[in-house]
Amino acid sequence: MNHEHPAHFPLTVHDLTVAYQRKPVIWDVELNIPEGKLVGIVGPNGAGKSTLIKACLDLIPRTSGWARIYGKPYRENRHLVGYVPQRESVDWDFPVSVLDVAAMGTYRRLGWFKRIGKTERMLAMECLEKVGIGHLAGRQISQLSGGQQQRVFLARALAQEAKVYFMDEPFAAVDAATEQAIVALLKELRDLGRTCLVVHHDLATVSSYFDWVIMLNMRVVASGPTAEVFTEENLRKTYGGRLELLDHAAHALRGPATP
Amino acid sequence: MNWTFTDTWIVITGMLCAVACALPGCFLVLRRMSMMGDAISHAVLPGLAIAFMITGARESVPMFLGAVATGVFTALFTQWIHRFANVDQGAAMGVVFTTLFAIGLLLIVAAADHVDLDPGCVLYGAIETSAPVVPGEFPRAAAVLGAVVVLNLLVIALFYKELRLSSFDPALADTLGFRPGLMHYLLMTLVAITTVAAFESVGSIIVIAMLIVPAATAQLLTKRLLPMLFTASITGALAALLGHVGAITVPMWLGFQGSSTSGMMAAACGLLFALAWLFAPGEGLVTRWRKSANQAPTPPELRKDPGIPGESLH
Amino acid sequence: MNSVQTWWEILTLHSHNTRMVVLTTALLGAGSGVIGSLLLLRKRSLMGDVLSHATLPGIVAAFALLSTAGLAAKQWFPLLVGATLSGLAGVGVMVAIRRTTRLRDDVAMGIVLSVFFGIGVAMLQMVRDLPDAAGLSSFIYGKTASIISFDLVGISIVAVLVLSVVLLLGKELVLLCFDDGFAAAQGWPVAMLDFLLLGLVTLMTVAGLQSVGLVLIIAFLIIPAAAARFWTGRVGTMMAVAAIIGALSGWAGASASAALPDAPAGAVIVLAAAAIFAISLIGGPRGVWCRQRELSRLKDRVGRQHLLRSIFEILEDAGPPTANRPVSLDDLLEQRSWSPRELRRLLRRARRHGSTEPCGNGGFVLLSEAGFGEASRITRNHRLWEIYLIRHADIAPSHVDRDADMVEHILGPEMVRQLERELDPVLPLPPNPHAR
Repeated sequence: MNHEHPAHFPLTVHDLTVAYQRKPVIWDVELNIPEGKLVGIVGPNGAGKSTLIKACLDLIPRTSGWARIYGKPYRENRHLVGYVPQRESVDWDFPVSVLDVAAMGTYRRLGWFKRIGKTERMLAMECLEKVGIGHLAGRQISQLSGGQQQRVFLARALAQEAKVYFMDEPFAAVDAATEQAIVALLKELRDLGRTCLVVHHDLATVSSYFDWVIMLNMRVVASGPTAEVFTEENLRKTYGGRLELLDHAAHALRGPATP
Repeated sequence: MNWTFTDTWIVITGMLCAVACALPGCFLVLRRMSMMGDAISHAVLPGLAIAFMITGARESVPMFLGAVATGVFTALFTQWIHRFANVDQGAAMGVVFTTLFAIGLLLIVAAADHVDLDPGCVLYGAIETSAPVVPGEFPRAAAVLGAVVVLNLLVIALFYKELRLSSFDPALADTLGFRPGLMHYLLMTLVAITTVAAFESVGSIIVIAMLIVPAATAQLLTKRLLPMLFTASITGALAALLGHVGAITVPMWLGFQGSSTSGMMAAACGLLFALAWLFAPGEGLVTRWRKSANQAPTPPELRKDPGIPGESLH
Repeated sequence: MNSVQTWWEILTLHSHNTRMVVLTTALLGAGSGVIGSLLLLRKRSLMGDVLSHATLPGIVAAFALLSTAGLAAKQWFPLLVGATLSGLAGVGVMVAIRRTTRLRDDVAMGIVLSVFFGIGVAMLQMVRDLPDAAGLSSFIYGKTASIISFDLVGISIVAVLVLSVVLLLGKELVLLCFDDGFAAAQGWPVAMLDFLLLGLVTLMTVAGLQSVGLVLIIAFLIIPAAAARFWTGRVGTMMAVAAIIGALSGWAGASASAALPDAPAGAVIVLAAAAIFAISLIGGPRGVWCRQRELSRLKDRVGRQHLLRSIFEILEDAGPPTANRPVSLDDLLEQRSWSPRELRRLLRRARRHGSTEPCGNGGFVLLSEAGFGEASRITRNHRLWEIYLIRHADIAPSHVDRDADMVEHILGPEMVRQLERELDPVLPLPPNPHAR
């Protein structure tokens, strides 16, 4: 057990329980995530992966427990957090340009009433360049492909200039090129000392992408360095008796997959 | 309070209207199309007006058909704008029904010289005048609404399985060959017929209330379709009775002469809904509050699963 | 001639009264266009409907209070305060229903709308014997002709208020409409912003009650915004266009009703707006016509690609493909699910593009030099696509059929180069993955 002061941890979660209408979604979550890690959150459908993220970000009410960002409630350390929601959560036909969306990351720093200016626009552009879609900045967002949409969301999170990033399924239904670009970007962020928590579905790539993994199925089955925690036993505990998945996972364990 | 023969008929008419509305209303609520009832009831106005201008009579079959046709047309056109022009469904509905309503108003004004179709009457209805004064006379409104109840019951009984499936899972219904689109328009036709029938005698506002509110009340009380249909009908009928009693008594307390029975029936629907909202077994606000005050949240079954470390930080 | 002159005088705002009416309605249209745009983007267009119906009990209650207190009962201001309060109460009930039950949005809206309006109607009938009550129903249908300068002041205040709030909080409101989850995570008070938006809608509704009426203010909140959506892909422009459309229809409608005093102004205004909507729906750059044209273009392109690829594959089957060998139409028909008529249409089009040449025999088709080049490029791209999808995404080969020209567009040049490297470097073209 680690007794360091929680202020060193990008994310500390204690006794977190979330219930929708009386139905429990996640129970008794305890987490300490060290700084500068790429953290994968894995678990079967309905395991509460998104719920965990949303509860950490005060987006849904917690039934009990707390989550701290660098030792303080989310409310106080909001400026340290970047958020990438699920891609389907918004209407991609919305009348804004790619640059507008990326610039939304700077809104909180701007504060009330102020409009985005040159600085913000330049920062947004820079972030778009970083995710490789600078040339699309003037496009309306409905003209983007799925992978490009995901990149816009990522650019928006980058524009938040955060220290901890929460990403809800950034790899869902994106093309391989985007997936590679995102992984490269995540590793770059980690090398800069940032922490990224990523909800992830593809067990085959867990070992190669993440250096820390949280295995979740309504409660935390395991959380720790990928090499120690991502074991067949834990997978079985997480996924129950779903054999075909286990086969898949066992295959993944034998060697990191090459995408 | 002076209850007369007329009052009995008013209540009977109101109850028939309530049952006629509650049946398709349940499906509207389940299909997340509640506002369609509102849209259709506004949009039948031009149909009424046109048929009226052509035939010159107020109570005629063409008038009925014309109104039903515009009602169905509203549903069709909303769907068309939503699909092909990619407009948000609510907005599409709003565009269609306000436009139709405006056309209706203009037509009525244009026809005002030789007919009297008061737009106010369309909104508030004239349930009070629909009842006979002389015993032994069978009021037309009750007859029409009774026929609509029978029609709705028949259609729902015939297509019960299909309607249920296409309300809960349109995609599955499609793969099973049930044509959810067809069911949609069947339902819309029912709503239009019901609306128009109720419209003439009791006014449009009561229709919207009777379509949606009893069904919503029933949804709070039960989770299954058949009990929901029953509960909604009973709630609606009860609201009709309460509404008329209220229309007679409430104004007296406040020192007024009288009130609108249809308005009061809508208000009574609201009252019954509020009661269900507060006291429904299982999900009522007060019920839940008392339950949570009495006992701590139940521990999850998951806790039976021992020995799983909450975390493993080294 | 006389009537032309009358029209001209009205449209150019000749008389003071007309000027008043037209100005007021145009202002109202502009304001509700702006706020309606936000409402549309928040996917709550029908909130205007709910709110306007929910104002009735407040109006009547305020009237009854004033009247029984012996004050002049039909003053603009107190009635509108009453309307605002009951509109906001309606919003409150709606939010409460949504938060505490499992009933959905549309049901909550329907309940508030019908019950509030029903209560309002019941109250209206109760107070009908009070002095002055006759004019109350003008709140339902609107009486544009009776707009007095005081209304203009009131409506101007509301319009300016709405515009300045939208200008000041534009970025916050747009963020709320686009992605409320992200807005909440960034710490914006989402519920408060929502309430602010609905508050503005209530104000706008209330301001419009007297001139266009309770039922038809709904149209003002929905139609200009929905029409503007067809013209632009930017929020700012959309709001401006909606404001212009709103103002235009207000101007046209109010003028028309000044010329035809019998016609209810609200209805004329709505029809003017609806006409603009219809034009936008069909002719706007995002409207039906443009979408259909784009669709048919895409269909043409895909059909052309399929044709060229099929010809190429038939050529391939008979040895190394060359341009100057005719392919029989029967083989082509066998290759795909075309009907003979469809195939003839495709061939005609290909000929027009110069991809095929006449070959003297009606039953055969001959690729031109350019057409052959294109066919081989399309086939190559198509196979790259297939290989990509088979290698990198677990998709059955039979499901693979994408627009071949999109390969470089979607995968990016690096990916295409990598794919090419993965394929046999000797062969100019990758093997057909459909081959048995």
